[in-house]
Amino acid sequence: MATDTNGAIILAQATDEAATHGTEGAEHAVEGAAHAVEGAHGVESAAHGGGEAVGMPQLDFNSWPNQIFWLLVALVALYLIISRIALPRIASVLAERAGSVTNDVAAAEELKLKAQEAEAAYNQALADARSEAQAIINEAKAEMQAELDEANAKADAEIAAKVAESEKAIGEIRANALASVESVAKEAAAEIVAALGTKADAATVDAAVSEQMKRA
Amino acid sequence: MDQFIVKPLFGEVGDPVYWYTITNVTLWLFLTVVAVSLLLVAGTRGRAIIPTKIQSVAELSYGFIYKMVEDVAGKDAVRFFPYIFTLFMFIVMSNFLGLLPLAFTTTSHLAVTVVLALAVFLTVTITGFVLHGAKFLSLFWVSSAPLPLRPILALIEVISYFVRPVSHSIRLMGNMMAGHAVIKVFAAFAPLILLSGLGVLVTPLSVLAISTIYALEVLVAFIQAYVFTILTCVYLKDALHPSH
Repeated sequence: MATDTNGAIILAQATDEAATHGTEGAEHAVEGAAHAVEGAHGVESAAHGGGEAVGMPQLDFNSWPNQIFWLLVALVALYLIISRIALPRIASVLAERAGSVTNDVAAAEELKLKAQEAEAAYNQALADARSEAQAIINEAKAEMQAELDEANAKADAEIAAKVAESEKAIGEIRANALASVESVAKEAAAEIVAALGTKADAATVDAAVSEQMKRA
Repeated sequence: MDQFIVKPLFGEVGDPVYWYTITNVTLWLFLTVVAVSLLLVAGTRGRAIIPTKIQSVAELSYGFIYKMVEDVAGKDAVRFFPYIFTLFMFIVMSNFLGLLPLAFTTTSHLAVTVVLALAVFLTVTITGFVLHGAKFLSLFWVSSAPLPLRPILALIEVISYFVRPVSHSIRLMGNMMAGHAVIKVFAAFAPLILLSGLGVLVTPLSVLAISTIYALEVLVAFIQAYVFTILTCVYLKDALHPSH
């Protein structure tokens, strides 16, 4: 539009000058006419552009004040809502969550330590019980061994006593037997002597028999 | 292009749109604010240690943008976090709401994206000058380059600095508009089966194309919000640490 009016003004000036200054002005007039043609071209393209503006509502500048005004209203409202309410709230929720997660992790750590302690105590108790059991077993073994030894000794003593008694009885029997043998031998010798017809003193016979028996 | 026309919510289509008129833009901006509030405020009402599904979404978006600001723009950029989070939530929710059938996509309008981009541009520039004064201009003076090259590079840097809001706004608006327009084009082919035998072939194809592009648009809706936000962080980093 600007080129259009410009061209028109130049055209007007040129014709004006041509009228007043004759030939000199004629050149200007030609120049002005050329500008006027350019101006007309400008009008055409402006009209073309206007047609596009109708086709493309984005370039319809009549609606711009309306859009910009309501956009600013919306943006300010949104900014206030977000910065005053939404962001502090979300930030506090996130911080709270981070805090509780940290707490939970610490609690878990503590529980883990406790569990380890409990495990150590359990192992200790187990070891104690084992050693105690071992001690009891050893004690019982020793006791049994002592009892066994005592019983063995008693039995041995009894056996020895019985053996001694038996030996004594055997000795007695042997002595008796020997005495019997001697008396029988003496009687037999005296009988034999008598049978042979020899008178023999009983004492001599006894002495001879005893001597023979000692030799045997 | 009907879906992009700004019209008064009450009254006739041809009625003039004044700056205070309640239009379909007003309605969808309002719905965006309501949806974001439902997600971030009503969704976190329980303040649960074990979050509900909605609360997880709210917390995830919080963590996502917070980490982005911290990683891209630095730890001292965290004070801009509410501002950047507002931008992200607004854009991503507008984009998604715009994908509803019969919806008006506020972010497909240049007026909206230009305001958003200019707000970022002004914030970054003002922050840069407030924090560093004239030293902020060292952003344009590439001291690592050979001395004769520096003025040329400075010119390029200045131009690219001022092109930022343009590309920042047109990228978002163009992406949002293009997808909707392409869906509209395929949608125009869809009823062909009612008109001619050729529709037996064209209608299923166009329905398939609409579904595919819709899926792509869901992705684009998120990615463009992400791109807008991460670029904001990158620009903010320049303002906080201007030296090259």
